[in-house]
Amino acid sequence: MRGRPNLYTSYEAETQLFPTTTKKVLLGVGLLVLVLMPFDLWVVDQIPVVRFLGDSIWLRLVNKMLIFIIGALGLHLLSGLAGQLSLGHSFFGGVGACTAVLVGGKASTNLWGWGMPMWVWLPAAGVVAALIGVAIAPTAVRVRGLYLGIVTLGLVFIGLHLSRVFPEIAGPGDLGRKWPRLELRFWKEEDPFLDFSRDGHWFWFDVSKHQKTYFFLLLLVILMAWWAVNLGRTRTGRALAAIRDRDIAAEIMGVPEFRYKTTAFALSSFYAGISGALFASFVGQVPPEQWSLRASVTFLAALLIGGMGRVSGVFMGSFFVVMSHRFVEEIVDWAKHQAEGEGLFSSVFDFFISRGSGDGGLISVAQTALGYPLPASALDEIIYGALIVIFLLFEPLGMYGIWIKVRNYWKGWPFSY
Amino acid sequence: MSPDPTERRLDDALLDVEGISLSFKGVKAITDVSFRVGQGELFAIIGPNGAGKTSIFNSISQVYRPQEGDIRWKGTSIMGSRPDRVAELGIARTFQNIELFPHMTVLENLLLGRHIRMQRSWLAGALWVGPAKREEMANRRAVEDIIDFLEIEQWRKHPVALLPYGFQKRVELGRALAMDPELLLLDEPVAGMNLEETEDMARFILDIREELGISMILVEHDMGLVMDIADRVLVLDFGQKISEGVPADVQRDPAVIAAYLGDEAGLAAAGS
Repeated sequence: MRGRPNLYTSYEAETQLFPTTTKKVLLGVGLLVLVLMPFDLWVVDQIPVVRFLGDSIWLRLVNKMLIFIIGALGLHLLSGLAGQLSLGHSFFGGVGACTAVLVGGKASTNLWGWGMPMWVWLPAAGVVAALIGVAIAPTAVRVRGLYLGIVTLGLVFIGLHLSRVFPEIAGPGDLGRKWPRLELRFWKEEDPFLDFSRDGHWFWFDVSKHQKTYFFLLLLVILMAWWAVNLGRTRTGRALAAIRDRDIAAEIMGVPEFRYKTTAFALSSFYAGISGALFASFVGQVPPEQWSLRASVTFLAALLIGGMGRVSGVFMGSFFVVMSHRFVEEIVDWAKHQAEGEGLFSSVFDFFISRGSGDGGLISVAQTALGYPLPASALDEIIYGALIVIFLLFEPLGMYGIWIKVRNYWKGWPFSY
Repeated sequence: MSPDPTERRLDDALLDVEGISLSFKGVKAITDVSFRVGQGELFAIIGPNGAGKTSIFNSISQVYRPQEGDIRWKGTSIMGSRPDRVAELGIARTFQNIELFPHMTVLENLLLGRHIRMQRSWLAGALWVGPAKREEMANRRAVEDIIDFLEIEQWRKHPVALLPYGFQKRVELGRALAMDPELLLLDEPVAGMNLEETEDMARFILDIREELGISMILVEHDMGLVMDIADRVLVLDFGQKISEGVPADVQRDPAVIAAYLGDEAGLAAAGS
């Protein structure tokens, strides 16, 4: 069937995630780039953006993004697919993290911990979060929209309170405690057989801990994203989407609303739990304040910016939300150097950048107080907030929607109208 | 005198609605309405606006819970069941104002109709390979038959919100058919359609009965259509049953004429 990409001769061929040869090749190239990215290779250096993402400092951020993606995939199942607004997503992340540290952490006089290996605590983090999701579902399923937002918002504060009640799990005060490392052991033996948190050798190569973690997380993200995509295109996903679109009609079509909303909560919490556990052990030590309303809103923002209801939107949104901070920092830094230098456009940059008081620039690199000129440290927050507003107003489908428009334009080119 | 064929079928009625009354606070939507629908029958419910036709549908699918009376499906009461349980029993319906899932494609809407005929859980779905995939393929085949039947091939992959109105109505009929129902509740299937579209829809309705053998209850304002294709007609006015019978009889019933054209016309018809 060469040259006829829209001609399918079986239902099986049609349901492939990457149905055409072009898409398969792109997938292969994309995976190859992702695998080679952390290494210092000539080929990698030729690709824009990917060129520096493999550097150690950036790779740490990429790893954070991968962990964030897992959590965002969870919220995608609940909010994007089933249409249930949740401001309590970070609570489930906290539940996952606390489960991880309880099951996998080391016990001491005032701390609880069973010291289990990762293959126990990581799934346990997801499962416990999912069970708590199921336990909360009966309350949450009764309310809709904004009210559900408020109910789930309450979870964040309950979680914070519980962390104070049980300092034996969450760690004393605002400090938190040592989380179990990302390393694979068979059981409780001394040396892990696969260690993602220390530099080492794999085959003939030296690999840093960030590179190791990167590959582990990449595999996990691909697996969990694949599950999320599959859920979306099978019976459960359609039922959830039906509830999102018209809940009463869905019920009349034979979709038990209560059961499916509960399922959505459980699945979403599972992802959040895994993500929270990974985050805490990746960072090493997190205070309970980490699982705040702000974290929940960041997940929602990622979905909104990326595009609600699409797994590819989750990727784009997460990339933006996690990385934008660093990008803005780098760009401002670069602009500052340009403004200070004697280059051709230095006066142009000088116009935007304010280096001290009395300098008329828009962005201040010296000040941190909010006002005019805008402090560079708050710039990413401002851009982030403005983008949410802009996307809600002009492109409800987010970056995914923009991608669709660009794609359709070039599909029809040169007869785009 | 040979027994009336419709009467004979009613002995083992598929659906038996017995004296249901439904009120919202003080407003009485339905008052003591009874009727039976037999196997393979095309039963029509007509009446002026606000007569309670859609309320009867909502009572059958248990979105509303009538305060009095009983609704029996094949002899078993369905009162108090959840709407999704009613759907599983084999009662499918369409809606007056299209209730398709706007963000889903035609295919997805139809496959959602297959929901109750599928079994795989979220776990099999997430893993895709194996049972879930096989089930998807099998049901896709069933859905394709419906797409063929309703002649909506070209819309397969379009989001339903982008479809023309007439086709949306057809997709909604298709979604109900995908549920493999034994009884189909059609709420104004030709509302707002031109003559040609109405003829198409009438053809589909008749085909559903002839080829698929599905019983139907039809709520419709298009009297021409109702009188042409219905086996029996129930007339409602202000939530009360005012007449029931074969179309020809109902058309001559003074109470019906009064309800539609006003009292004087009804009296005149009664007097003549």
